[in-house]
Amino acid sequence: MTDMASLMEDRAAAKVISDNLRKPVDWDSPKIARNIKKRYAAERRFKMYGLVAIGIALLALCMLATSIGSKGYSAFYQTYVQLEVHFDPAVIDPDGTGDPAVIGRANFDGLIKQSLRDRFPDVTSRSDKRDLYGIVSGGASYDLRERVLENPSLIGQTRTIWLISGDDFDMLNKGYIDPTVAEGDRRLNDQEVSWYNELVEAGAVEKQFHTRFFTSGDSREPELAGIWGAAVGSFYTLLVTLALSFPIGVLAAVYLEEFAPKNRFTQIVEVNINNLAAVPSIVFGLLGLEVYLNVMHLPRSAPVVGGLTLALMTLPTIIIASRAAIKAVPPSIRQAALGLGASPVQTVTHHVLPLAMPGILTGTIIGMAQALGETAPLLMIGMVAFIVDIPGGALDPATVLPVQIYLWADSPERAFVEKTSAAIMVLLAFLVLMNGLAVYLRKKFERKW
Amino acid sequence: MAAVSQSAMAAKPSVENPKMTARNLDLFYSDNQALYEVDLDIAEKQVTALIGPSGCGKSTFLRCLNRMNDTIDGVTIKGEVTLDGRDIYDKRIDVVQLRARIGMVFQKPNPFPKSIYDNVAYGPRIHGLVNSRDELDEIVMTSLERAGLLKEVKDRLQSPATGLSGGQQQRLCIARAVAVSPEVILMDEPCSALDPIATAKVEELIDELRSNYTIVIVTHSMQQAARVSQRTAFFHLGKLVEVGETDQIFTNPKDERTKGYITGRFG
Repeated sequence: MTDMASLMEDRAAAKVISDNLRKPVDWDSPKIARNIKKRYAAERRFKMYGLVAIGIALLALCMLATSIGSKGYSAFYQTYVQLEVHFDPAVIDPDGTGDPAVIGRANFDGLIKQSLRDRFPDVTSRSDKRDLYGIVSGGASYDLRERVLENPSLIGQTRTIWLISGDDFDMLNKGYIDPTVAEGDRRLNDQEVSWYNELVEAGAVEKQFHTRFFTSGDSREPELAGIWGAAVGSFYTLLVTLALSFPIGVLAAVYLEEFAPKNRFTQIVEVNINNLAAVPSIVFGLLGLEVYLNVMHLPRSAPVVGGLTLALMTLPTIIIASRAAIKAVPPSIRQAALGLGASPVQTVTHHVLPLAMPGILTGTIIGMAQALGETAPLLMIGMVAFIVDIPGGALDPATVLPVQIYLWADSPERAFVEKTSAAIMVLLAFLVLMNGLAVYLRKKFERKW
Repeated sequence: MAAVSQSAMAAKPSVENPKMTARNLDLFYSDNQALYEVDLDIAEKQVTALIGPSGCGKSTFLRCLNRMNDTIDGVTIKGEVTLDGRDIYDKRIDVVQLRARIGMVFQKPNPFPKSIYDNVAYGPRIHGLVNSRDELDEIVMTSLERAGLLKEVKDRLQSPATGLSGGQQQRLCIARAVAVSPEVILMDEPCSALDPIATAKVEELIDELRSNYTIVIVTHSMQQAARVSQRTAFFHLGKLVEVGETDQIFTNPKDERTKGYITGRFG
């Protein structure tokens, strides 16, 4: 009985539906018009959300660029002070030997101090003299030595020379130290400011392009510190990373995609690789510390250890990108090769890999860019050390660009603020360069099928 | 079940000079059986057409003939397939060599993204069939000639193969297969992606190739099967329903299902 009733109900419902279907649709009815209007409104709204999102992203980018740029651009210039230096033979080469070894050991610092005293003869007290010597950087004596070694005929002459200034003086000249602030609240006292004003009036202060920033290693003196040591360290580290992670990553991807049977084991491997990509980088640093330094006793602070550690971190990125690229090669190409009697290895090396190469290279470069910007794991393996020399190889102690930024950001001197921003600019320039390379390689190797 | 094998028997699966034979061929994709006890002979230097509705196993059967199914995970094959009387699933058979002897042309034209010349030269190169550049040139030219493509492409052998039209690409794929001097050429719906004019050219080509090669072609077009083949095999639901001379299959099918399919009642 109930069955019968429900059956009747179903029939009735079916009849209503079929009646509705038979009724012609009135496309001009207000209900339809409302519906269309709503649809357009939704579309406009959606477009606007997108625009707002892009606007916010651009704003953030602009803020980053202006903040770093406005702080850092001044680091590319350095204040120089013009002084009359007398190349006193009694100081440089008292016996007149002309031996470069003797000249190299001479007290050029004394020469500079002498000319500063000559420039401001009324400075007499010990502490005032110390302040006075701060006008010129301690590194200026090396410049003088270079000059004399290059041109020994300078000995005995008096020349007007531009000398690199000390960092406080440089800050004052760049406007980072405000002379109107109360004397006790600034790094330079009134007397130093008056020397500065005197020198400026004499036209003996000028800003020059700071080549040293790009050519020297780290230093405790901000005006002498350069980015080149860290750049070379980064280069060696990335070289080791690339040499390890590219072949291992690509081979692993090829095996997993083309040869591995699809079973539980390969599934577990796959899941683990994906998980590795999400492991915080400091964990890799601890692993590097434990395995490479404590067990294998590789040299501390060396790019080779940094490279080994970063290779572990980059591997999952490269494997995942390479697998995606290999998967994107149409199966018809593999079938064509196999159907002609190519062995699986020939199929992979002749066809699949060349076609997947743009994707693999893009993934690799993205992984490398990631490694270039990585700091945390390198702190663990001692690449945070203060290293003045420019590394000559992967086994020399070194630091890398992001760690250099970290070190400078941590330094108390006011002049390191601009160095930090400038180093960030250099790092970003490298990243842009690498991403540009990725785009170029992708375009170059891309083939249509 | 009994009725099926009886009718297949009645349709004479065997020929006098088989180039290839399949006996009791069962094929499983994991747990799904795709082919049931297929017995079929492929006559030498003839065109054998495999027809049947979608999913009937004709392409699967074709891929058994050069062991392309080996590349798919989870495929198991029972039964026997022979080439010149030798079991091709024997452990001592080298798959690479086998596929050189049994060439294949696929449904969608799939030239390598290389030059026209390199496409045709690829097979001879990897099998080491040539000793000099001149020999290779000759093989490429002859193969293109055989595929009826030489006239159209001889001025641009170094240009990319992907720039050719669909029909030209498919003939290039045939030239590529021919370049390895195979004995058998398997074609898996070679014209399904081509327009009628390109189709006509490929069909003409198949007819010419028959004098040198044994050809097996899977097709969805009954007209095509009737035009190009000498023998036709009808597959349905993984079973070989009927096989015989093409004329006989199309004019006087013995099985009801064959009749139903070729008259368009199902499929």
